[in-house]
Amino acid sequence: MSDWLGPQEWSAVALSLQVAFWAMMGAVVPGIFVAYALARWDFFGKQFVNVLVHLPLVLPPVATGYLLLVTVGTQGVIGGALKEIGVVFAFRWTGAALAAAVMAFPLLVRSIRLSLEAINPKLEQAAATLGASPVRVFFTVTLPLMLPGLLAGMVLAFAKAMGEFGATITFVSNIPGQTRTLPSAIYAFLQVPGGETAAMRLVVVSIVVAAGALILSEVLARRIAAKVGQA
Amino acid sequence: MSVEVQIRQGFQGFDLDVSFQASAGLTVLFGSSGSGKTTVINAVAGLSKPEQSRIVINDEVLSDSAVGHWLPPHQRSLGYVFQEGRLFPHMNVRKNLMYGNALAKGRAAVVTLDQVVEILGIGNLLERRPAELSGGEKQRVAIGRALLARPKLILADEPLAALDEPRKAEILPYFERLRDEFSLPVLYVTHSIAEVARLATTVVALKDGRVDRVGPAAEVLSDPSFTPMGPRAVGAVLEAKVVKHHKDGLTELSANGVALMLPQLSHAVGDQVRVRVAAHDVILSREAPKGLSALNIVAGKVHSVRAGGGPGAIVAVDTKAGRILARITRRSATALELSEGVICYAVIKSVSVAPQDIGAR
Repeated sequence: MSDWLGPQEWSAVALSLQVAFWAMMGAVVPGIFVAYALARWDFFGKQFVNVLVHLPLVLPPVATGYLLLVTVGTQGVIGGALKEIGVVFAFRWTGAALAAAVMAFPLLVRSIRLSLEAINPKLEQAAATLGASPVRVFFTVTLPLMLPGLLAGMVLAFAKAMGEFGATITFVSNIPGQTRTLPSAIYAFLQVPGGETAAMRLVVVSIVVAAGALILSEVLARRIAAKVGQA
Repeated sequence: MSVEVQIRQGFQGFDLDVSFQASAGLTVLFGSSGSGKTTVINAVAGLSKPEQSRIVINDEVLSDSAVGHWLPPHQRSLGYVFQEGRLFPHMNVRKNLMYGNALAKGRAAVVTLDQVVEILGIGNLLERRPAELSGGEKQRVAIGRALLARPKLILADEPLAALDEPRKAEILPYFERLRDEFSLPVLYVTHSIAEVARLATTVVALKDGRVDRVGPAAEVLSDPSFTPMGPRAVGAVLEAKVVKHHKDGLTELSANGVALMLPQLSHAVGDQVRVRVAAHDVILSREAPKGLSALNIVAGKVHSVRAGGGPGAIVAVDTKAGRILARITRRSATALELSEGVICYAVIKSVSVAPQDIGAR
């Protein structure tokens, strides 16, 4: 495959996989927490949190990217503070991962929340009467039962992160080897004469990865559903 | 061994104020839906917190709102059998059974896994998932799971209500064994008078959020003024011992020396059983009846006659076998001049003692 793809193209594919993987991994724990809070708790400002989480889904991605730039960029409130402790997102691949994570977050939260709401809280009560602390109830009953939704959400988030373009290019630009992910690379190739074949190759890669992710999520969801007895 | 419960909770248009004490054995919380029994059992479990409560099981205070004490459910050392089983769908039967056991290492075991498997007959189910079990099998596993959690108290919330009659008959004996073979207090919620008659050591009858009656099952059920399900469901409970299985298909019982004939029971000779005699299956006679097809005729003395608003009356007759209730018409009561202290004969149709109303004890 490395023969078929040129070094620039290969670098974009590898970078995209890296960015999407870490975006997914970074989003999963906060995603579970937020989904749990939205599904199970009543707290002040719940509707605000709900809107905030879903905003990247409906906002123009460029706007999300710009908001990231002014907050987490080196001049931003959060970015400035993070820079003090040596963490920089702007114009790095980590920034691309952050942008992808923010864009994928609503999809992840929705998927987890749906599977959480399908769990009968009476099962969690039963676990409590058998001596399980709330934390243990979560890890032995809640988490295993929401696994199908969680994994489907993770695959969806991964695919979304692979394809994220607007927020990424606005926040971390389009630097080869650093922030030039698959979509950015396709875009860049289309801007130069004779770049169409390279762009087409990357489109094929995109299709393969996206289709693979969908098939994987289907297979996983079915296997786990059978395993947790909800098939 | 003792159970002490005091609970107060105001709902919209409904106040719950329940307080009772029970000693060893199986305590049945009995009442129609809306009487507050599930609220009480869930407060004992710690699943819902009433405004005021004091719950003490065997000298261990689970909650005392006076001092702000409230143990969460997982610290209460319970075994709770729910109506719908509530087995964990992602675990096989073995893992379900051992779920609570692994969390209660510090406490003394009530039973071992092998014993539970043997008692409940679930050896062939261990590797299956709850989705592959029948309703009766699920409840057996649920009972096993509760016992294996090394509980100090067993709770059961209408554990038979979701089952059909044959499955009920299959599960009931396990609760009898629970009551008789383990020195664990059991708090059992039901709205079935047959389950009360068969299982209860102590009955706590709830009505509109208040305790209506408390006492030993035989005493509460043979009280003619206790008609929670209407006069048609009234019936006394007699304690008896299996004496002999006759060749003609009848089993002879002895209730304190009084012979009772019943259709063949499966119990062994010498077993103690409880017999429920429905009041509408009892006929009264002022003279010793002759030439009757009924086999069971017991002499006694009228304890009380209670006439309701309708044409019926319930007569309580004290016999050597125990108190028997008869539901007759007021007209008959007047015609027979039945009143306190009058000698009469209670005629019980033997075939009418339904099998589900007979239980070992």
